[in-house]
Amino acid sequence: MSAGGIIKGLIVPGLPQPLLAPEQNEGWGRIRAAFEAAREEILACEPDLLLIYSVMWPSVIGHQIQADPNPKWVHVDELFHDLGSIPYDFKMDADFAAAFKDAAIARNLHARTVSYYGFPIDTGSVVALKLLTPNNEVPACIVSSNVYSDRAETVVLGKAAADAAAATGKRVVAVVVTTLSNRLFTDFIDPADDHIHSPKDDEWNQKMLEFLRAGRLEDVAQLSREIHRQIRVHKVVNFKPMWWLSAAMGQHNNYTGRVYDYAALYGTGAAVVSLTPSASGVGDKEYDEEDVEVYSGNRNVLGGPEGGPAPTPPKPLQSTVTAVEAMAGVMSTDAAPKPVGAYPHARRVGDLLYLSGIGPRQPGTDAIPGGPIRDADGSPRDYDIRAQTQAVIDNIRIILEAAGSSLEKVVDITVFLVDMDRDFKGYNEVYAETFKPIQATRTTVAVRALPTPIAVEFKVVALL
Amino acid sequence: MSESKGQAAGTTGRIVAGALAPHPPHLVYAENPPQNEPVAECGWETLRWGYERLRRDLASVDYDVVVVLSPHWQTYIGTHILAHPRFESLSVDPIFPNLFRYHYQMDVDVELAEAIHGEAGRAGLVTKLMQNKDFRVDYGTIVSCHMTDPEWRTPVVALSSQRSHAYYSVEVMQEQAAALGRATRAAIEATGRKALLLSSNSLSHRHFVTESAVPEDMSKEHVTNHNQYLWDMKAIRMMREGRTKELIDTMPEFTSQAITETDAGSLTWMMAAMDYPTDPGELYAYGNVIGTGNAIVGWLGGER
Repeated sequence: MSAGGIIKGLIVPGLPQPLLAPEQNEGWGRIRAAFEAAREEILACEPDLLLIYSVMWPSVIGHQIQADPNPKWVHVDELFHDLGSIPYDFKMDADFAAAFKDAAIARNLHARTVSYYGFPIDTGSVVALKLLTPNNEVPACIVSSNVYSDRAETVVLGKAAADAAAATGKRVVAVVVTTLSNRLFTDFIDPADDHIHSPKDDEWNQKMLEFLRAGRLEDVAQLSREIHRQIRVHKVVNFKPMWWLSAAMGQHNNYTGRVYDYAALYGTGAAVVSLTPSASGVGDKEYDEEDVEVYSGNRNVLGGPEGGPAPTPPKPLQSTVTAVEAMAGVMSTDAAPKPVGAYPHARRVGDLLYLSGIGPRQPGTDAIPGGPIRDADGSPRDYDIRAQTQAVIDNIRIILEAAGSSLEKVVDITVFLVDMDRDFKGYNEVYAETFKPIQATRTTVAVRALPTPIAVEFKVVALL
Repeated sequence: MSESKGQAAGTTGRIVAGALAPHPPHLVYAENPPQNEPVAECGWETLRWGYERLRRDLASVDYDVVVVLSPHWQTYIGTHILAHPRFESLSVDPIFPNLFRYHYQMDVDVELAEAIHGEAGRAGLVTKLMQNKDFRVDYGTIVSCHMTDPEWRTPVVALSSQRSHAYYSVEVMQEQAAALGRATRAAIEATGRKALLLSSNSLSHRHFVTESAVPEDMSKEHVTNHNQYLWDMKAIRMMREGRTKELIDTMPEFTSQAITETDAGSLTWMMAAMDYPTDPGELYAYGNVIGTGNAIVGWLGGER
């Protein structure tokens, strides 16, 4: 599997004039040409997927991800219907859509795929796909823009997109469909008279383009609320596509930015911009308290019991050690399930390696082999203690080997079970398969609960 | 304009009835099981019962056209009006595609649509006729029309919700909606139609952002918050007491406080078209759907 990731970002407008009527206005024609130039840039980097975040597809219940492998329809824009119909026949990557959904859920977002004949794909996505991949040269995936999503939630959704790219090993071009300033005229105009609605809007657009040309995507994202206050309108709340795009691409300012063109589309500011990661840029982003890994907003409006602690984000399954902290022998590895608190996987003291409590959650997905012990509503579920125990041992092996140790060097183990009567026998049998020849000392205790819906956790001390 | 149906019959055009007819797709899917995957368990049934009683009362009302304004046809430049003789397609709810996929065949009263377009233009409003046969009618229009007449026996005129609120305050938007209502009434009178108006919107409109595991688990359904419930009850009380002008005057605050779907202008449009009825509105039902407040209220007047 190749190394997947977000290899490029693209910002494009979604109004239909460049697709349906490029000849009616010089600027509309330039935007059409800009789409075509951007398409060449995309194809040159041989991506596996175009991942579209469209502000013209609003969702209410969480985040929706298009998963129909071959949506077909004849689309008509609800506003500019007189420009004509748009037949489409797209190729979507349903596997990536599923991976994106799983990655979003692993970060505690509410997400689902949609695959229904006749699902109304929004004008912005249709325009982008028709112009960027007119012959389905590159398959696509589309994600909605949730109307209630705040900054933190949108950032987490962006990170989930990156997770999905890494987990699937796909080279992804992330495309946000959005205008810059978004003030349409209030009456119909002669296309020849089109212009940015006001000088103020134009000046803000130029400022954004100056940032983007310098590769300062994260700076634009951090300015989004101010930009929204100045030049946006209700439909695109807080200019959130920049939050999503920056989060998906790594939250930095190190890009080669290319502004293909900028023109008015019925009063709005339309630009086609590409952002390619580079080795250097204008510098690190500022501290950002809304940069979170897992969504933890209160969604408990249905009246059910509060869920357990938020799950931790997945990481690419093919990852090995990505961070060994220099500080005092602290180490963590992306190949093991991420801690649910502010602690490392292990810490070295002299020739001993102390591991934090390790459970059965799967690195990358947070799935629990053998199933969780309770469902999202808190109701108990049946589960397989043997599968959970084996998964714990596997995770411990990963951490030990990442730190230069091994299972054979384990000297002491403390085991925590949430149901001693039910689980001791099964756990004990699986334990013996690995540890009988090792003969580490062991203590098994019963506890009321563990921080995630798991039944067993090991605390290990090993020699280096 | 050629002689209209109503003029030919020697009748006077008028609005014979109006109804606040919210459009949760959840109400339709149990009526339409072959197209939907869940097995209906009669969730939100009290709202369906309300629509059932509305239909029973409408059966004795003589109307020949339905004019509906839906928040889910959003146009950012002016009000648009369906003006093609027939629309036939599949409507899939973009929010709840698992619940609502509806094959429709809608006949349009093009003459009345053009008349509304003309009257609105004379009133200084921006309007545009929608004449593209491939256009997909929004699900709000379809749900409200289906719930009031599943047989689709009368032609429809559907108006979009004008969303120029980048420019205009809630008060100005409301004035425009009222002007559209007056233009609609004038067009109905001029064409001799006997019209049923539908205001396709909920009241409070803050959704849940997650779903219960069982789609129709009514133990999980409630208004999103108490504040919105109080506002819903206040609005309903005004409608039941015939204080519709007062309700519309309160609308900017109602819209702001309860995050209402009335910001679409549909209720203001209908009340203005009906010249702010002072007779009590008949409350057929109130219920919550994914946290929103939905009231079915009719003004069937003396036409029954």
